[in-house]
Amino acid sequence: MDIGFLGQYVVNGLMLGMMYSLVAVGFTLFFGVLDIIKFSHGDVLMVGAFAGLTTFFGLEAIGIESAWIQLVTIVVVSCVLTGILGSMIGKYLVLPLKSAPALNTLLITLMAGTVLRECIRLFFPDGSNPKPFPSLLPSESYSWGNFTLRLDSLMLLIFGTLVIVAISLLINKTKLGLAIRAVAQDGETAKIMGINFTLVVIVTFAIGSGVAAIAGIMNGLYYNEINFDMGLLLGVIGFSAAIVGGLGNIYGAILGGFLFAGLQTFGAVALPFASAYKDVFAFAVIIMIMAWRPTGLIAERTSERV
Amino acid sequence: MSNKIASPSLPISLAVIALGTAFAILFLGAENEYLIGSLLVFVTLAVVASSKFNILNRMYATFAVHEVLMQAAIVVATLLLVAWFYDDHFSLLMITAAMVYAIAAIGLNIQFGYAGVLNFAGAAFLGIGCYTSAVLGQYTNLPSMLILCLGGLVAAVIGTILILPVLRTSGHYAALVTIAFSILFKTFLEVNDVLGGPQGLNVKPTVLFGWNFNTNIEIRDEFEASFYLCYALLALFLLALAFIFTRRLERSWIGLSMDSIRLDETASACYGLNIALWKSVAFTFGNFLIGVAGAMYGQMLGYVAPSNFTFGDSLILVSIVLLGGIGNPWGVITAASIVILLPEKFQIIQEYRFLLYGIVVIFILLYRPKGLLPRQLRNYLPGGMKA
Repeated sequence: MDIGFLGQYVVNGLMLGMMYSLVAVGFTLFFGVLDIIKFSHGDVLMVGAFAGLTTFFGLEAIGIESAWIQLVTIVVVSCVLTGILGSMIGKYLVLPLKSAPALNTLLITLMAGTVLRECIRLFFPDGSNPKPFPSLLPSESYSWGNFTLRLDSLMLLIFGTLVIVAISLLINKTKLGLAIRAVAQDGETAKIMGINFTLVVIVTFAIGSGVAAIAGIMNGLYYNEINFDMGLLLGVIGFSAAIVGGLGNIYGAILGGFLFAGLQTFGAVALPFASAYKDVFAFAVIIMIMAWRPTGLIAERTSERV
Repeated sequence: MSNKIASPSLPISLAVIALGTAFAILFLGAENEYLIGSLLVFVTLAVVASSKFNILNRMYATFAVHEVLMQAAIVVATLLLVAWFYDDHFSLLMITAAMVYAIAAIGLNIQFGYAGVLNFAGAAFLGIGCYTSAVLGQYTNLPSMLILCLGGLVAAVIGTILILPVLRTSGHYAALVTIAFSILFKTFLEVNDVLGGPQGLNVKPTVLFGWNFNTNIEIRDEFEASFYLCYALLALFLLALAFIFTRRLERSWIGLSMDSIRLDETASACYGLNIALWKSVAFTFGNFLIGVAGAMYGQMLGYVAPSNFTFGDSLILVSIVLLGGIGNPWGVITAASIVILLPEKFQIIQEYRFLLYGIVVIFILLYRPKGLLPRQLRNYLPGGMKA
């Protein structure tokens, strides 16, 4: 195969992997603090993308034309909005079920996701059809033979990396991060040490959801289109990535995200059968990995307390 | 609430079943949106009132004492319901669909209600049953009843691929395995040309003793019944069979082992229970039931397409079990009827049905997390505890 095409696929795969990783980081954060899976995450992402689109229309309406101001405002507004949404889901749906079986939490967040999805479909103007997302990033591209590097992809990749670095600094270097890690390790003991458990959980939900909004906007900018059910598959893929990497571990989530994107790209390009089977291939490999490493690639440190 | 001692009462229980049947007939026959709405308000009030008078617990007690009689009463009630709508295609189709979903949900109930094996791919196994009956009907001349069994068998065999990852993982990791399979299955069907792709396949109707189920029943021009009548009776028969079987299973020491494994794996292993064996048995048998339900559903609908077997449909199956009360087949049957009939009947909310459905499940999880009819304590002595 031509080296240029190969480079193209690598960049596409990296782009996908970046989005999946950002979603997976959210899953892993929620799992860390509460040992739960918040399945509405994909739909929160979708709401973030739609909030971004609405902000864009609002800015256009009041006459702010500068792409950079628009971009920054969109990111900030939709991060804040989804942050609030995520923490509300955490406070009113997840925390009340803390002592219920894990299945109930999973189902209640799934249903919350359904409600969000249906709300956008029914109440957003013409919400059941795909919406064009404005391309706010510079559209120049550089070509070397068959290899074309779009400047916007490069910027999205850099931005995504910065977000991941920021999250990992937040978790590992700040006082808030210390509190989050303490709650993740042992909620009861953290409470005894004077950490406000509920607050930490809610803040973690806000952070994770904000990151999802960034992934949603990246998705919109990259494909120039958003859709009311885009969150469903992205959520499941993000969840798979978080699980395959090993829940509760941010680096595992990132590894899982890029691994899934790699599998999809490999399935589309290198396998003898039609590229339509790429998702079938990726999910089949995921099932096999789960059979091989039942608690993910970077295993969670657990002990059975009897 | 279930700790209150309630005395069994046969007349009250039979009266409740009779009222329930009358209500179902009214509800299914109602054409007017307002009538349906007021019927729903009425039934909600009736349920609240009956819990005030402890009727639900008295029903539980009656079921424990007069088990066979009560089961027969419910079968008779369903037969009455089916007979009432003998010439109404749509109502019969809905009743039958509810029964098919109830069979599938009973299968799911064995998996995570008894053995605690999560399965988020219920719709995929339903689809395997459907596609098996489509393919076998097209290429072979096997009798329909055999095809039903084979539908279940193929679902069970394909399910065995998942046994290894399901057994090795636990909790959320196990959930992922079945979720991944569910999505994999639907994507596979959509891109696969041999199985019809997104358009799907046609399914041959059920034929029993030379009688094609897709012909209306006519007796000398005076009496004409909908062809769905046969399917409704077949579904009722299969449902009764599935019900009796899971009841026996639950009562037996196999059910006891499964309960123990669900509640505490470590302790069960210490007492020498073979965890892997019973989990696989529950998973395989559950998939068999779901596959049979799927095969029958396909023969009734006459076609099968991938869009009927999405991850969302698997979630509907899971929420049926959760709504009804995990581990209680009666609850599962009740929930299946509610989940299938309500949105079909309530056309005014058709557009908003998933939204409302999501909100209702959220409220049930918040305020009645054990489901509508929670499972009672295990009945060790047949005929109930006679203190």
